[in-house]
Amino acid sequence: MATKQIHLAAHFPGVNNTTVWSDPQAGSQTDFGSFVHFAQTAERGLFDFLFLAEGLRLREHRGKIHDLDVVGRPDTLTVLNAIAAVTTHLGLGGTINTTFNEPYELARQFASLDHLSGGRAAWNLVTSSDAFTGENFRRGGFLKPEQRYDRAQEILDAARELWLSDRQPVEHRGEQFSFSGRLTLPSTPQGHPVLIQSGDSDAGREFGAKTADAIFSRHGTLESGQAFYADLKGRMPKYGRRREDLSILPATTFALGDTEAEAQENGHRIRTAQVSPQTAIAFLEQVWGRDLSAYDPDGPLPDIDPDPGAEITRGRVRHEKDPMAVANSWRELAEAKGGLSIRELIVETTARQSFVGTPKQVARQMDAYVQGDASDGFILVPHLVPGGLDEFVEKVIPELQDLGSYRTEYTGPTLRDHLGLARPEVAHETRATG
Amino acid sequence: MAYLAVEVSGAGRHPGAWRRAGPVLTPGYHVELAATAARAGVDFLALGDSFAGQEGPTLDAVAIAARVAPVVPEIGLVPTVTVTHTEPFHISKAIATLDLVSSGRAGWEVAVSRTAAEAELFGRKAAAPAADLWREAAEAAEVVVRLWDSWEDDAVIRDAATGRYIDRDKLHYIDFTGEFFSVKGPSITPRSPQAHPLVVVREEPDSLPVIAAWADVVRVAAPDLAAAHAARDRVRAAVAAAGRDPESVAVLLDIETHLGADAARELDALGPLEPSSLRVAGSATALVDVIEEAVRGGAADGVTLVPLVLPGGLHPIADEVAPALVDRELRTTMPPGFTLRERFGLARPANFFTATTISGV
Repeated sequence: MATKQIHLAAHFPGVNNTTVWSDPQAGSQTDFGSFVHFAQTAERGLFDFLFLAEGLRLREHRGKIHDLDVVGRPDTLTVLNAIAAVTTHLGLGGTINTTFNEPYELARQFASLDHLSGGRAAWNLVTSSDAFTGENFRRGGFLKPEQRYDRAQEILDAARELWLSDRQPVEHRGEQFSFSGRLTLPSTPQGHPVLIQSGDSDAGREFGAKTADAIFSRHGTLESGQAFYADLKGRMPKYGRRREDLSILPATTFALGDTEAEAQENGHRIRTAQVSPQTAIAFLEQVWGRDLSAYDPDGPLPDIDPDPGAEITRGRVRHEKDPMAVANSWRELAEAKGGLSIRELIVETTARQSFVGTPKQVARQMDAYVQGDASDGFILVPHLVPGGLDEFVEKVIPELQDLGSYRTEYTGPTLRDHLGLARPEVAHETRATG
Repeated sequence: MAYLAVEVSGAGRHPGAWRRAGPVLTPGYHVELAATAARAGVDFLALGDSFAGQEGPTLDAVAIAARVAPVVPEIGLVPTVTVTHTEPFHISKAIATLDLVSSGRAGWEVAVSRTAAEAELFGRKAAAPAADLWREAAEAAEVVVRLWDSWEDDAVIRDAATGRYIDRDKLHYIDFTGEFFSVKGPSITPRSPQAHPLVVVREEPDSLPVIAAWADVVRVAAPDLAAAHAARDRVRAAVAAAGRDPESVAVLLDIETHLGADAARELDALGPLEPSSLRVAGSATALVDVIEEAVRGGAADGVTLVPLVLPGGLHPIADEVAPALVDRELRTTMPPGFTLRERFGLARPANFFTATTISGV
């Protein structure tokens, strides 16, 4: 069997708890120069695409704007268009929320990015139903949680119809949207932008299997990655899609060193920097739903139990549904590991999939993961701006190339070329020229 | 001192220009237009836009401006963004980000969507009378500008000792509630290099309240210099009545241009087009004469030239008109490094929230 080729995307380290802003080497998370450096490094490393996350309301914790992580980011589409000017091949992907945008406007904006980048645009569809974010928009929090994928599917259908209409009139009548008219743009260099999805619920997986070109997953370990991969790809045939029409890319971090011991040390240093004493308490408060500011981050977990009804953090996705169960499992873990402090425990429990080792070891681990069908590649989440990819590109990419599982040059100009995806067909014969 | 702007949209304002247009959707087309105008020292490029109604294909104007900004220095970039269907929260961060990627050269032309065709592309509300649209635009402009101020300049502190990335007392909810919008804030985007990118508004009967409250630059369409003079007087009176200094608001007259020895005949060949403002179809010298008369006579503080055909229509402006304006001492050659506000003699504004409140959010 031929060696599977690894696809890599680069997540710009911004508003994430993985971003270490306190490091002396950390630059600005919003200066355009940081985006230029990061994007050009990813392109030098022949990455498939750069990725920018989005959040349309600043997160709050205990009723106040959360101030411990990076706060603030530029407008996704505007900064991607600007990055297009300083790169030539790198794909340009961003999250745009389907709840607080209308299909016509989004279709036109993404088509514009695709034209102006020569076919490098990608859209990560996210749909939120929170009234908290809705307070920044005229319709407020109008969407019921159970309608999230209905809206995502409908906005995508509508956008695709517009993209492939070649400036012919489109009429859309649906539950979420009702509009008519023509897009001001012909189909784009990629036909239409690449579509990314990241939902993990059953509905989310079904939506991804049906529509997505790439999936961001959170399934980090080899076993859970393989299970997710098999499940997702297994859902595709009923939609007439081939397994290779979809790339599954789990988010992953990494730590490098000249020796394995040095890499482990670096990994521990990064993890500790990601969880400051204040961040550790804030994480704990998310689960406990209580003010725990009086507790010592270097001391043991609280004896009191979580408040099950409280929602103390707003504006971020909450993955743990049962606070009491989480608290009990954390207590057991802390005890089993010889009495972890609050901070040590948070360092332990917030760890994502991470490849740690020498460049050669990391390359082999990543390759084994992909060849073992746990993924088609990775979305790398470095901890530093703007230099977080530098060492990886300099040292790990050549090792991956030596293994024969990573490209040595871009083989085409568009992101669909990088991902090995076919160009979607225009709805009818006549094609206007741009 | 005469301000000089150039409007570029697609293949030019004349619908007939599209029939002979080259590839207007490539980045190279727009970079070349902007670079040509920048070399001529043009103050800003007005990037026209609307959701419907154009003859040829058109790209999102903010996208073009952002694509051009990193590779074309000096020139201001002022995309039109309509407020009737677009969320002010999105507009605010998009223009602030344009300011970031252009190092302080961004502006925003506030416009409304009047037509049923545009309304039907969204399907959320019917087309409305101009008076209603501009009342809504006044709220949208206020939201956008307040969001620009919702971060103080020194809100990012990166204080490792306390673990705090920001001083949250320097971030502000705007808590805007109006007839059309309520927007909580703060913006997700920090305060930009200019703090307030240049706000441009076209003069029309219903836009005067928005001009009076928010405009830094006003575009006037007028059939002749007497009408332009009257429009400038109206603008200055409205600005003064709102308690602002009329000298701080530049009024630019739109002039449609098609230059060259054969200009009139070439225009005829493109088909009929009613002028939407003063038009000069003739020599560069004739155009420079009109600009000189307009500015020295007090009919305008400068002009927005609107080539009817692009990209060709820009070349005589860059090669002949711009140098002639310097020769006649109507313009000077600017040294590099100015923000767009600085080109218009405008200071970086104080923050609304520190000027009016003591405590933070």
